[in-house]
Amino acid sequence: MTTEATTYLPAGLPQPAPAVDGLDTEFWAATRRHELVVQKCNACGGFQFGPEWVCHHCHSFDLGWQRVSGNGRIYSWERVWHPVHPALKNACPYLVVLVELPDAGNVRMPGNLLGDPLQPIIIGSAVEAVFEDHDGSETLVQWRVTDGG
Amino acid sequence: MSDYTIKDKVAIAGIAETAYYKRGAAPVSEFQLTLEAIIQAAADAGMDVRDIDGFASYSNDRNDPPRLAAALGSPDLSFSNMFWGGGGGGGSGAVANASAALVAGYSKYVVVYRGLAQGQFGRFGQGSQARTISGAAAYTAPYGLMSPAQSFAMRVNRFMHDHGIGQNPLKAISLASYHHAQSNPRAVMYGRPLTAEDYDNSRWIVEPFHLFDCCMENDGAAAVILTTVERARDLRQKPAILLAAAQGSDYRQAAPAHNSPDYGTSNFKTVAKRLYGMAGIDPKDVDVCQSYENFTGGVMMSLVEHGFCAPDEVEQFMTFENFQAPSGKLPLNTSGGNLAECYMHGLELITEAVRQIRGESTAQVPNVDISMVCSGPMVQPVSDLILRK
Ligand SMILES: [Zn+2]
Repeated sequence: MTTEATTYLPAGLPQPAPAVDGLDTEFWAATRRHELVVQKCNACGGFQFGPEWVCHHCHSFDLGWQRVSGNGRIYSWERVWHPVHPALKNACPYLVVLVELPDAGNVRMPGNLLGDPLQPIIIGSAVEAVFEDHDGSETLVQWRVTDGG
Repeated sequence: MSDYTIKDKVAIAGIAETAYYKRGAAPVSEFQLTLEAIIQAAADAGMDVRDIDGFASYSNDRNDPPRLAAALGSPDLSFSNMFWGGGGGGGSGAVANASAALVAGYSKYVVVYRGLAQGQFGRFGQGSQARTISGAAAYTAPYGLMSPAQSFAMRVNRFMHDHGIGQNPLKAISLASYHHAQSNPRAVMYGRPLTAEDYDNSRWIVEPFHLFDCCMENDGAAAVILTTVERARDLRQKPAILLAAAQGSDYRQAAPAHNSPDYGTSNFKTVAKRLYGMAGIDPKDVDVCQSYENFTGGVMMSLVEHGFCAPDEVEQFMTFENFQAPSGKLPLNTSGGNLAECYMHGLELITEAVRQIRGESTAQVPNVDISMVCSGPMVQPVSDLILRK
C-alpha cells in the first residue's frame, strides 16, 4: 500500500464523516492510519461491507474489524463524463471502480482508479489500495493497477 | 399454488395526466398538478372525485393523502398508503397496494398518483451538495459516485461484461422510445425524432450511457383510479383488469456500497417469477410491455429477467425493429416512456398500459389481451403489474 500526495478529484465534493451512531468509526480511524479494515463477525468469521449492526450470515451482534492486505480485483467500473456536482466541472472524465477483496470474503469497495482516466479497464485486473489524505477530513481509499494480475 | 386474492378482482377504471413540461417549466404548483390529474382521472372514469376514498403513491411523493382529501372535500379517507423506496420502483407496487385495499374492503375507489415539479423542489439527477456525508453514501459520494446514472452504470457494465454485450441493445431501447413519442402529442419529445446517428454522436454521461440512454427530468402529474371489477363495469371506460401484481427485492440487493451478491441485475428475478405465477401466463403471452427506463441498461436487464430472451440472446433480440409497435416481437414503451414522453417516475407507463388495453394508444398494438408494466429496474424494491382485457 502506498500514499498519494495529491487528491484524484478536486476539493469541494462531500467528504466522509463517521456515522453519528458509531457504526463505521473504526473504518475511518483505520484509513487515517493508512490501514484498510473490513467488518468481520466474531461469531462466524463472516465479512461484510459496508458495516451493519448485525452479521447478515449468522445474526450475531458481536462484530469486529479485520485488517486486510489492500490487494483486490476490479469487479466493475465506469468512466464518468458528465459532472453532477459543481466541484467536478473540470474533473471529467474520471474513473470509478468497484474492487472486490479476495482476503475479505470478496466484499466490494468503490473508489477511483488512479492514473490516466482514458486507460482501458479490464474487469478482473489486480489493484492495490492507495490512501489519499485530505486536510481536515477523512482519508479516502483509492486504487491503482498492479502487475500482480 | 396459493390463491391470489387480487387476481381478476380489480380494474383500472380511470386515467389522466396533466400537460407534461420540461423540468422546472410547470406554470402551477406541484400540488395543483396533482389535484388536476386526480380530478381528470375521475372525469375519465365518469365518477365524482369525492367518491375516491383511498390514496396510494410511491417514491416519497410530497403530496400527502390527508391534504389531498381535505382539498377535494372527500368525506371519508379510508386508505392512505406510501410504497417505500426511491425512484420508480413503486409505480406498480402502489397499484398493488391499492388493489389489496380494495379486495380487503378498506376502500371502494383508490387513486394512485404522482406529482412532480422539479423546479419547485430538488432534482433526482444531481449529486449531494452537502459538505460532509455519513453512512453508506460516505463510501461512494467522495469518489464522485453520486448520481443514479453513476450508481447504475456499474451494474450494467458488469452485466455487459458477463454476457459479451455491446452498445446496440441500449441504442435500440432508446430509439424505440423516441420513435413512439413521435406519434404521441403528449410527449415532451413529440416532434423531436432521434436517429441512430444522433444517438452514436451524443455525448457520454457515464459509460455505457450516452445522453439518450438517460431519462429526462420533467414536471407534471398523473393518476389512475382503481376499483373492483364489478364497480368498474358501472363506470364509463372499458375496465383494464389487473391480472397480477408483484413487488419486492432479491437477496441483499440493498447491501451498502454496491455489495449486493448478484450485481449485474435489474433486481427483478424473484419479482418476475411471482408476477408470472400469479398471472398464470408466460412471457410469450405478453402483447406489449412498458419497462421503466431510468437508463436503457436497466431495461435490457429487466427484459432478460422477465424472460423475453436469455442473456446471450440480447444482441439478436433487442433490436429497434423488435421493439416497434405495431408489429415488433415485443412492442416496448409505446408512449415514449421516461425517455421521450415524460419522466413521471413511471406512472405514465401505467396509463399507457391501460390505453393499450382500451385500444387508445397513439402507437396501438392490434388486439392487445395482455399489457405489462415493469417499474424501476436496479432500485430496491421494484414492482410489476399485468393488465388484461
Ligand atoms: Zn456471523
